[in-house]
Amino acid sequence: MSGCCDGNVERYKELQAYIDGLPDKKGRLIGVLHKAQGIFGYLPREVQEFIAGALGLSVAKVYGVVKFYSFFTMVPKGKFPISVCLGTACYVRGADDIVSEVEKILGITVGQVTPDGLFSLDTLRCVGACGLAPVMIVAGRVFGRMKPSDVEGIIAEYRAKAGDSEKDKACEGVCCHG
Amino acid sequence: MINLNIDGKYVKVPKGATILDAAKQLGIEIPTLCHLDLHDLGVVNKAASCRICVVEVKGRRNLAPACATPVTEGMEVHTNTMRVLNARKTVLELLLSDHPKDCLTCAKSGQCDLQDLAERFCLRENRYEGGAQSTYKKDVSPAIARDMDKCIMCRRCETMCNDVQTVGALSGVNRGFNAVVAPAFDMPLEESVCTFCGQCVAVCPTGALVERDYSWQVIEAIADPDKVVVVQTAPAVRAALGECFGMEPGTLVTGKMASALRQMGFNYVFDTDFAADLTIMEEGAELLDRITRFLSGDKSVRLPILTSCCPAWVKFFEHQYPDLLDVPSTAKSPQQMFGAIAKNYLAEKLGIPREKLVVVSVMPCLAKKYECARPEFAVNGNPDVDISITTRELAHLIKRANIDFMSLPEGDFDSPLGESTGAAVIFGTTGGVIEAATRTAVEWLTGKPLDDVNFTALRGLEGCREAKLKVGDLELHIGIAHELGNARKLLDSIRAGTVEPFHAIEIMACPGGCIGGGGQPYHHGEMEIIRKRAQAIYREDEGKTRRKSHENPDIIKLYEEYLGKPLGEKSHHLLHTHYFKRHKI
Repeated sequence: MSGCCDGNVERYKELQAYIDGLPDKKGRLIGVLHKAQGIFGYLPREVQEFIAGALGLSVAKVYGVVKFYSFFTMVPKGKFPISVCLGTACYVRGADDIVSEVEKILGITVGQVTPDGLFSLDTLRCVGACGLAPVMIVAGRVFGRMKPSDVEGIIAEYRAKAGDSEKDKACEGVCCHG
Repeated sequence: MINLNIDGKYVKVPKGATILDAAKQLGIEIPTLCHLDLHDLGVVNKAASCRICVVEVKGRRNLAPACATPVTEGMEVHTNTMRVLNARKTVLELLLSDHPKDCLTCAKSGQCDLQDLAERFCLRENRYEGGAQSTYKKDVSPAIARDMDKCIMCRRCETMCNDVQTVGALSGVNRGFNAVVAPAFDMPLEESVCTFCGQCVAVCPTGALVERDYSWQVIEAIADPDKVVVVQTAPAVRAALGECFGMEPGTLVTGKMASALRQMGFNYVFDTDFAADLTIMEEGAELLDRITRFLSGDKSVRLPILTSCCPAWVKFFEHQYPDLLDVPSTAKSPQQMFGAIAKNYLAEKLGIPREKLVVVSVMPCLAKKYECARPEFAVNGNPDVDISITTRELAHLIKRANIDFMSLPEGDFDSPLGESTGAAVIFGTTGGVIEAATRTAVEWLTGKPLDDVNFTALRGLEGCREAKLKVGDLELHIGIAHELGNARKLLDSIRAGTVEPFHAIEIMACPGGCIGGGGQPYHHGEMEIIRKRAQAIYREDEGKTRRKSHENPDIIKLYEEYLGKPLGEKSHHLLHTHYFKRHKI
């Protein structure tokens, strides 16, 4: 497995341990894919081949399930994944304008990642916060009653965060945080 | 037993039967599309995804799919109410709204279940015209062409590929209008684990999966004055070709087929059966060699020997059992043995270079198209077999050549590659290759002629069979599997050591063997057709004066004049091959 050799050894080990811990391998594909996406951040071809081998399924079957559920992705997500809810309530309150605004600011379309790897954009169906419609989620944080004009500020905030953590990295081992 | 009433008629059916089964018993033909039931072979597709078979059940709010709804006591079913007919019409209109309307140029035209239904329902307009149309890339491999825009997601191909054959090349991917059946990562079929058995094509109700058609190349070759074009016909073709001309399934058309091929302009009309006899000489000798070495205590001998005539089976074990590559016989398939002999022995006899000779094969098979394109079966880029066409393609060629097939005289094959025995004919059905090998091996082992050449214990349509034959002091343990899923079961049990060791195992990829091949006239789920083809094959065998491969006079002559002896140096070079490890995706 080529994926095993490019610094992913620990991740594959973790996935293997999870699979080994299953009482029964039958009917576990979706759970395993969920776990794998949690570990790797996405489901590249090598990971799918690994899972097929470990569960005794055909690679085609695994791929079929990955392609059916919109939750699963073969494209790595950004550091700050953005999801815009397109459920009925959000949609009627202008969620598509939010999507367009994000696309415009980031220069990507739904399903893509920015070249710097910071942001990815997806849409989803109802997060159960219809009272806050339209809703946008960035890296797990929910922003409610969104207006297109709010988007720029939120993205700038996360960009700044990314900058900070880069600085953190730069000082690592030197001291600073006094 | 369960009592129910369908369209006012009472019927009694066993518990667990579906409404569709019960209706069939009454002679009520409920239309189906995704449904497929080759019961005797254990092949059932019950996706209930197309909804064309819906019926009204009294007391039930919604319509019920007849193919997947079990009967209950006292059930009252109506199959042709206005509500039902309206629902069926809607289903059909929706299916057609996302289906290309290129019936005139579609390879499945005239054989298409969807087209038949549109005709049956007198669809003259479509209320949903102009809906979304998928535009999936077309995928053409050497054997199978996929046009997923024509896929109606019945999942029959998936049932064949994953459940019956356990190949696992296909899966439903994506959703909605983008949903298709595809190999992993949407890779071309050719790069996948696909064995080209063609069973997906055999059951596809539309033109989504069809064979790669090479019939025009045949016309071009025949028209080329610089070429000498020879044809070989596989045993299973003669038992099915007649169906394409409206003849009863199981009608033997050997003589008419030879006449048709001659009229089409082939320079020589030969028979793959000749090469099947040759295969038995080599495979039989190999079997005998392994058994005698084994009996004399040679521990390095690999038993059981597995037959290697079926190219789908060969590709299957290359992908699925790469650690067992030294177990199958190294003998080439009859198609490739024929090609090697034609391009060497025959070309020499005719005094022409191999490049001038075009070898066409007519096969019940799609994997043969792939097999003849395998690089190891070519010399300096010139393949031993140039073009492989199916039974269906041959029927089209005959029709295109304005030949009235029914009134053709009984012709004969040419010499020297046209003579064959009954042992070769039965290659076309499950159990036939091993019976043919047994006829020869037993005589060679005992040195005495057989009292009875009919080894009926080896016949039948059960998926996995075994038989024990007493040969002198030895008890030969023989296994037979048809369909790759059954082959897998047998191999796994051998690996696990849960079965008594076998000496020899015959494996054919298709249901019923080659008679049920992916290149045969479409059976449309009628199992009886495959059974009748098998009977025809055994009839042809019984009608032959010679029924043991080693008694074929032209085979004897070939060894005397050219090859020397079975497993000899020349045989090894021309008639044997080797296998490759392949990935499992």
